[in-house]
Amino acid sequence: MELLFQQIFNGLTIGSVYTLVALGLTLVFGILHVPNFAHGAFYMVGAYITLMMMVGFGFHYWIAILASVAVVALLGVVTQQLIFKKLEGADGMRMMVAAIGILLFLEAFGQFMWGTEYYRMDTPYGSVVNLFGLTVTLQRLLIIVAAVILMLALHFFLTKTMIGAAIVAMAQNREGAFLVGINANQVAWLTFAIAGGLAAAAASLASPINLVFPTMGNLVIMKAFVIIIIGGMGSIPGAILGGYLLGLTESIGATYISSDYKDVIAFLLLVVILTAKPTGLFTKGVQ
Amino acid sequence: MLNFLSKRVLISIVAVAAVLFPLVFPNMYVLQLLTLVFIWSIAVYGFNIISGYVGYLSLAHAGFFAIGAYGLGLLTTKGGLSYWLSLLLAVIITSIAGALVGVIALRTKSHFFAIYTMCVGVIVYLLIDKWDSLTGGVRGLIGIPAPGNLGPITFDTLTSQYYLALFFLSFTIFLCYRIVHSLLGRTFIAIRNSEELAKTIGISIMKNQLLAFTLSALFAGLSGALYASFIRFIGPQISAITVTFEMLMYLLVGGIGTLAGPIVGTLIVISLTQSLQFLEEYRMLIFGPVVVLLVLYYPRGITGSINGYLQKKKQQRVKVANEEHDEKRKVGEAG
Repeated sequence: MELLFQQIFNGLTIGSVYTLVALGLTLVFGILHVPNFAHGAFYMVGAYITLMMMVGFGFHYWIAILASVAVVALLGVVTQQLIFKKLEGADGMRMMVAAIGILLFLEAFGQFMWGTEYYRMDTPYGSVVNLFGLTVTLQRLLIIVAAVILMLALHFFLTKTMIGAAIVAMAQNREGAFLVGINANQVAWLTFAIAGGLAAAAASLASPINLVFPTMGNLVIMKAFVIIIIGGMGSIPGAILGGYLLGLTESIGATYISSDYKDVIAFLLLVVILTAKPTGLFTKGVQ
Repeated sequence: MLNFLSKRVLISIVAVAAVLFPLVFPNMYVLQLLTLVFIWSIAVYGFNIISGYVGYLSLAHAGFFAIGAYGLGLLTTKGGLSYWLSLLLAVIITSIAGALVGVIALRTKSHFFAIYTMCVGVIVYLLIDKWDSLTGGVRGLIGIPAPGNLGPITFDTLTSQYYLALFFLSFTIFLCYRIVHSLLGRTFIAIRNSEELAKTIGISIMKNQLLAFTLSALFAGLSGALYASFIRFIGPQISAITVTFEMLMYLLVGGIGTLAGPIVGTLIVISLTQSLQFLEEYRMLIFGPVVVLLVLYYPRGITGSINGYLQKKKQQRVKVANEEHDEKRKVGEAG
């Protein structure tokens, strides 16, 4: 039984990271209407910048995370303004290919800047604590708490502020949003900034329990796709639900089924879901 | 008429050059490179059918390439079958896999299709990587035989392998040419331009898409099988999503949805990467932005842009001729 609880805890940790990545992806989907393949590269860049701030400049963990969030948010804005803005109204294939181009560039850039080695990120929260009879590292606890705080902040931003409501409106009905005079450009770059920031935060939080390397974003982003399809593209509660669901399934599946094939679980889950329901779960009307 | 003739002449010149190349210029390095270009082009032609003509971005292409490669590798090394039988079986297996995936994947549309096929690609990769007892896992599969003798013809020299790859590429291009210039090709393009419209005029979307997807898998499998017997070693890395992205790049540079695009793009990108050896690892620092710029400003790639230019010139010529004709008539009427 203790093993099960331990795995549930681990699942919540991984799920928190997946959720943060998926939230950014689902927000951007509301703007672009295509999946942003470059989102995983944002995640990778975020981890490296935090690492660089800590090792190279000797900043504290939290300051390094803040710097990383700022840099990746800016990176998101730059890609939106320079590339996606120009592709507005183009067909989905061109947008997806553009996103793939950005992904290829950022991955090569990461390799060029920081090499192909695997880095470990030190955290000031490496100590082990006892929580209701479970021995957990403080970092894992921190990931869960930080993710919840970020999600609450995002929730209040989207529901209680004018600009947040504009983002939601754009995602729900583009033409309608234009009609009521929402500044589409402002909403678009702001959404990219938030998505980039969330990816950087997720990567910085997860890196101390994983490793930092140039292709670290690949598997995470693909799982984030799975999550937003499970949760419904563009749906925020769906992304949160899907993220934790996947985290728990993987963590428990790895223990009780096979740790070799734990990465396959996510993709099999998606294939099964799309096989049964080609427009994804929780999708309203015709896509 | 002149245009048509010059196109024929151009194709003949390229074909003759490709056949005579090893005799005139017997450079082993260049031959090796060209053989690889031919093999990859076959896969890119397959990619072009589904993504270029039907307009569905299939991200499982490297997965099918790998199924073909591992099919041939396993059938020859572990199955002990003859090379040609294995090649045939590998292509058939890949086509069946393509048809099976297609039946389900094609029920999804646009970005769902892209994500679905991407997941299929990842599953293929993870299976090859983890199924140690069958595929050799990360260690890969070694000792794949070169193409076996075909009567009096042997394939133990590089030159003969060059001709073999050239033969299969010509076959692929010929088949694509026939498809594109047939009713089937028009049907594909009709689906790409508007599914609703195509449906209205009585085109069975699913049947045609499935055919296109299976064909694209077939060419990927053929290319993979040839690759395995040319390189003689394969690892799980050939099924990675980055390989699909690389093929997408070849297609984009050459011109998506054009007949010459796949070979032009593959030739240009692979030779550029080879001549910029120092860039090998970081080539995407250049090609990533190139992909983005192409999508932004030249979405039809090199071949597409040239075709567009020629078309425009032709239209201008026709317009000028018409105007001259009108003028003459006016003068005649006035006189």
